[in-house]
Amino acid sequence: MTREEIDNLIAAGEAVPAAEALKGFLRASPSAGTAAFVASRFEQIADRLKLTPLRAAFLRSFTIEPMIPALRALAYEAGIDLRVMVGDHNVIAQALIDPRSSLHAFNADLVVIAALTSDLAPALWHADGDLKVAAADAAEQVGAWIAAFRAHSAATIIIQGLEQPPYPVDGLLDAFGGAGQRRAIEAANQALALVATRHRGVFVLDYDALAARHGRLAWSDPAKDLAMRVPLRPEAYQWLAQEYMRFIRPLAQKTCKVLAVDLDNTLWGGVVGEDGPDGIRIGVDYPGSAYRALQRELKALQRRGLLLAICSKNNPNDALAVLRDHPEMLLRPEDFAAVRMNWDDKAANLRAIASELNVGIDAVALLDDNPAERDWVRSQLPEVHIIEVTTDPLAMIEALRRSAVFERLALSAEDRVRTEQYRQQHERSKAAETAHSVEDFLRSLGMKATLDEVRPATLSRVAQLTQKTNQFNVTTRRYTEEEISRFAADPSQFVRTIRVADRYGDNGLVGLVMGRIDRDQCEIDTMLLSCRVIGRDVETALLADVASRAQSAGATILTGHFRTTAKNAPASDVFARHGFTKVEEAADGSKWQLDLRRQSVKTPEWIAVESAS
Amino acid sequence: MNDTVLLDVRRLAADVLKTTLAGVPAAGTRDTIAGWDSMAHVNLVLALEQNFDIQFKPEEMLEMLSIELTAMLVEEKLAERGRL
Repeated sequence: MTREEIDNLIAAGEAVPAAEALKGFLRASPSAGTAAFVASRFEQIADRLKLTPLRAAFLRSFTIEPMIPALRALAYEAGIDLRVMVGDHNVIAQALIDPRSSLHAFNADLVVIAALTSDLAPALWHADGDLKVAAADAAEQVGAWIAAFRAHSAATIIIQGLEQPPYPVDGLLDAFGGAGQRRAIEAANQALALVATRHRGVFVLDYDALAARHGRLAWSDPAKDLAMRVPLRPEAYQWLAQEYMRFIRPLAQKTCKVLAVDLDNTLWGGVVGEDGPDGIRIGVDYPGSAYRALQRELKALQRRGLLLAICSKNNPNDALAVLRDHPEMLLRPEDFAAVRMNWDDKAANLRAIASELNVGIDAVALLDDNPAERDWVRSQLPEVHIIEVTTDPLAMIEALRRSAVFERLALSAEDRVRTEQYRQQHERSKAAETAHSVEDFLRSLGMKATLDEVRPATLSRVAQLTQKTNQFNVTTRRYTEEEISRFAADPSQFVRTIRVADRYGDNGLVGLVMGRIDRDQCEIDTMLLSCRVIGRDVETALLADVASRAQSAGATILTGHFRTTAKNAPASDVFARHGFTKVEEAADGSKWQLDLRRQSVKTPEWIAVESAS
Repeated sequence: MNDTVLLDVRRLAADVLKTTLAGVPAAGTRDTIAGWDSMAHVNLVLALEQNFDIQFKPEEMLEMLSIELTAMLVEEKLAERGRL
């Protein structure tokens, strides 16, 4: 499709096809010109697309504007309407500290502090003066700005780290002895990382690693830097935009939870149905070693909390023989949370995988060497994130590493053991098939629930649950860690969490209720359950805990709200099932109340409840 | 003047200046084309550099007063490298 044809689509009001065509444009040539075109056309149709809004403010010491069209185009591609504010040159401190600054009026979700080494710490850049002191001062200064800003904003903050010069000022001497410019800039970056850990929702973008990845000499343009403060080469602005997307996608919850992989010519070289288990290429010799490297990469993604699934047109017995018995395979059947090996169409299989794993189809990514399959899936399920690859396994590894959809801003203990939990759930649903009644099944699970306040150790999991849970979620309010800790710090409010273990294993922290008590009123702000424990009466245990807390605080009315979304039907009857009366109803939701003087909520006897506080 | 280069330059200018091909005629200048301010000029120069794999000096950027002059500068750069 040409630019003119896209403009015609837009003029005809065909927003969705135009959006898909624009995404194709960006995929085909991700250059500055294309990005500017794509961003400007998305702008015209944004209000007719379902996009997640995000407001980002860039406080900077250099010309960052050429990055903005690329960043906005990539955000649109990810389903995010990114509104950007760029601060004036070198007024970072004032913007952060002064509550009357335009930054505060902008009401950003994300604030980026992007200062180059030469601007934030000239002594470090010119290797002139006491470098240790200069490194400490630079980080301390940034720490003070953030502390001041945090006093009146909970926005997420990204500090762009300091870059090394392509050549150290003192040449070889820089590496000799204990001090030196390189070590001082490293120390400054470590100190910035420490600043980030002292606050919630503050992260560091490793700018030096990014420049080094692409080559520091190819990164910068000294002439344009001196002449007009444009220090980066055009490609560098694109790369920088891609790096910021690694943060923006998880912030907007536009990441994938499942990676579905093809088998033949993806996990191994060759076709097992034709070449046989001994004829496929996988092992220590090239090219089998390249497929092994890809499998290692997939294992690393799994440790990051991603679920792997198989989506392959194959004879299941042939493929299973390789997965189970081939001595050179790194991935085994138990590494996959869901498996579809058949001759059905891949779009239908991906839909089945998403539903088996209880994730939205937009949380699924596909790695497949076959361009026809990729195009088919894209045409049937535009929500699926397709990793664009060639048939080269090393290029597949590069594509996975380059992708922002597998990034996480925090890793909870649950993420690390997730595949195991899904495997246990698989056994549980088998048990459900054999139990005579639902109640027998629930009894047979031997569930133990632990209720507790939110604690520093569980904060990241709690925030993650509010951000990711779509199905059993009565209000679907999203909170950052910072917002949760503010919520819990208010003595009239509470955040209660529930952990559930059963005879198959520990499910981890799987649910929470947030609420507030004001005299005789107790109102539920948020109540959600991970899909792992839906249908097991865990919500009853949560509500029983809230009701008894409300009663002991003197409340007589417990109020709950249900806000309808596209996905939360599983939670729609939760209040009705627990004796609440509907007091208001509107198109987008309903309001429910329970009279605590006459009613209460009782935990089912098949859940043993323990209260940690 | 090389017509292919001129057309490519106009396309890039249209993209960067958020307009269509008709909005950036060869004779258009920084005074007559809407939105061609100094920031857009930087963006245009970077887009040209990336697209043609060339690099401009700051003083050359000042000479790009019209679409035609810009295309001529691109042509010179390409010719220097024997790519035209």
